[in-house]
Amino acid sequence: MTTDRPTVALFVTCLVDLFRPRVGFAAIKLLEAAGCAVVVPDAQTCCGQPGYNSGDRADAVAIARQVIDAFAPYAYVVAPSGSCAGMIKRHYPTLFGADDPYRAKAEDLARRTHELTSFLVDIRGATRVAASYRGTIAYHDSCSSLREMGVSRQPRLLLASVDGATLAEAANPEVCCGFGGAFSVKYGDISNEMAGRKTQSLAATGAATVAGGDLGCLLNIAGKLKRDGSTVTVRHVAEILADDAHGPAIGEARDAPGEGHE
Amino acid sequence: MELTSPRFKANVRDALRKPNLKIAMGRLISTMGPRRLAARAGLPEFERLCDQARDIKNHTLANLDFYLEAYETKLRATGGTLHWCRTPAEARAAILDLCRRADAKTVTKGKSMIAEEIGLNEFLDANGIEPVETDLGEYIIQIAGEAPSHIIAPAVHKTKEEIADLFFAKHQRYGLPKRSEPKDLVDDARKILRPRYIAADVGITGANFLIAETGSSVIVTNEGNGDLTQSLPKMHIVVASLEKLVPTLEDVTTVLRVLARSATGQEFSTYTTFSTGPRRADDLDGPAAYHVILLDNGRSRLLGTEFQDMLRCIRCGACMNNCPVYAAIGGHAYGSTYVGPMGAVLTPSLVGLADSYHLPNASSFCGRCEEVCPMRIPLPKMMRAYREQSFAAKLGPAPERWALAAWAFAAKRPRLYRLASEAAARLLGNHGARRGAFRRLPLAGGWTGGRDLPAPEGRTFHSLWRERQCSLARERQRPGAA
Repeated sequence: MTTDRPTVALFVTCLVDLFRPRVGFAAIKLLEAAGCAVVVPDAQTCCGQPGYNSGDRADAVAIARQVIDAFAPYAYVVAPSGSCAGMIKRHYPTLFGADDPYRAKAEDLARRTHELTSFLVDIRGATRVAASYRGTIAYHDSCSSLREMGVSRQPRLLLASVDGATLAEAANPEVCCGFGGAFSVKYGDISNEMAGRKTQSLAATGAATVAGGDLGCLLNIAGKLKRDGSTVTVRHVAEILADDAHGPAIGEARDAPGEGHE
Repeated sequence: MELTSPRFKANVRDALRKPNLKIAMGRLISTMGPRRLAARAGLPEFERLCDQARDIKNHTLANLDFYLEAYETKLRATGGTLHWCRTPAEARAAILDLCRRADAKTVTKGKSMIAEEIGLNEFLDANGIEPVETDLGEYIIQIAGEAPSHIIAPAVHKTKEEIADLFFAKHQRYGLPKRSEPKDLVDDARKILRPRYIAADVGITGANFLIAETGSSVIVTNEGNGDLTQSLPKMHIVVASLEKLVPTLEDVTTVLRVLARSATGQEFSTYTTFSTGPRRADDLDGPAAYHVILLDNGRSRLLGTEFQDMLRCIRCGACMNNCPVYAAIGGHAYGSTYVGPMGAVLTPSLVGLADSYHLPNASSFCGRCEEVCPMRIPLPKMMRAYREQSFAAKLGPAPERWALAAWAFAAKRPRLYRLASEAAARLLGNHGARRGAFRRLPLAGGWTGGRDLPAPEGRTFHSLWRERQCSLARERQRPGAA
């Protein structure tokens, strides 16, 4: 673990903001435990993917500028999502022409931006967390974490250090769960079919809990499991790593007990 | 084939209702992915070869005019004839003219996606010439009256049992009994096809490559049907599109090393056949005439655009073999000649975006296609470029566009966004608290058709964070606080 105390700006992500704020607080707890000072820039809304992936480039560019300005002063930018971090890191620089002053700013931001678990492991040198969770956990790789951010080993390393937790590997971890942002609504039939295949392979591991680093996938997976009457619960990996897996899992009734946690 | 891409959503609903399709697609995905990975693992220089293959094609495309002329010059020197065809209609007319010159009653055909693209079989049939498909997969779909659902495995959407039933229904007239073993089914097809090779007046094949250095065409097959198709009749017609060109024999060998590995996981296809001109005086066999139909059909328009990279495609099928959308819906749902991720990019280029709007839009952008493409074609990036075109042309459904506009309006105004998201979090949080998830929700029918939508917790992160910051500040201001 390094000894400096860098300032990390949290990119909350619009889904965490709206659906599951506890993931944001869990991320802050983990970042502080890793020796970082955390700030939450106020001017953030969304990374712009809904527009970018729908062909609305002008609005994607406008939102990218907003994010670039809001996160300019900080040493690091961390998101509890490979998808939003991937948008900032891999796609923002492509939104601006070589002569646009925002090109260099976007490239600078890209260099400072990380997905949460890879930041903890690769940048902060974390190898374990102080958390306990009873049960078997299957980690779900999001496509953007896996392919855009090189994240797969880091969350598993940290989960393996959770007291009482056992990791299970699903077949075909590289296959998409079918979320795909607006795709999940625009092409709901296809998305739902993909989700069903993913939840089948996750359930086949026998794990009681699915953990993942991207709330979009997790809403999709939890929603499919719930519709099918499964008892498998779904949580963001940050909740488990921060020892914050109390209370209802994703899609569970609000008065449901926080299973798995002691 | 009839383009049904405009009815994509209905096609998808139909496809998802077919249990056999799910079985067949499951088999494809569970075998092709691992085979490709094993082949790649067995060749340490695989990724480097892919880079070389990409560079070869890029170089060719950057100098396409030169290589096309060089190819034609060489082809002529070997005694072959090149037919430049801008459109499918020109290509069909040229082929019909050649068939008539050969006084053809039947033509045998090796597998050719260009023949599918130009609708050759229907056209020949309509003109009194019987096309006989000799690739087993193509034979199956021809007697079933269907279109290919995969660019290298045209009948992959059918289970073995469906094929057994189909053969029994169509082969009774040859006095053949009901079969169930794949080997027996293949033997039946072979028995029926053998005499057709001999009787055919013209053999039509596709081309995996055209070589500028030698004027040769190359096909790769696993059944040997292509060789019989092109060497037994008195005329061999190659139908190819202009991006099949590569400069040299050496270049072909490089690209071949990644083709079969990416396609079927084989190190090499069973047959790799080079054809250079018609039969020469001292040749023992071969066609007396050799013609190449060179189709453009909009491809040259892609040169110099953001879609030029698509012309590197070598039709290995790795993108569809590894695509979760293709695995879910099969090839026919795309409603176009080319399917899967490569089809989602190529189809708008060939038929226009208005009729194929859904194809580049119906992707979760998982990125797997680009990852497995041996030619390093940035398929998601090009799908996104088509989405930008369809957004600009307002091709999508109006409610989707309004929702996007409302989102963008708020997302550019953080204070407004806070108010709206907090209101939504509270409203949905309250309504969803008891069950924790919604079975149905207005405007979210696409989602809730088969899944629940987990309910928000009830407050947004940003409002909770602000409250926490305020209470921390108050504590600090309290007298006696540290």
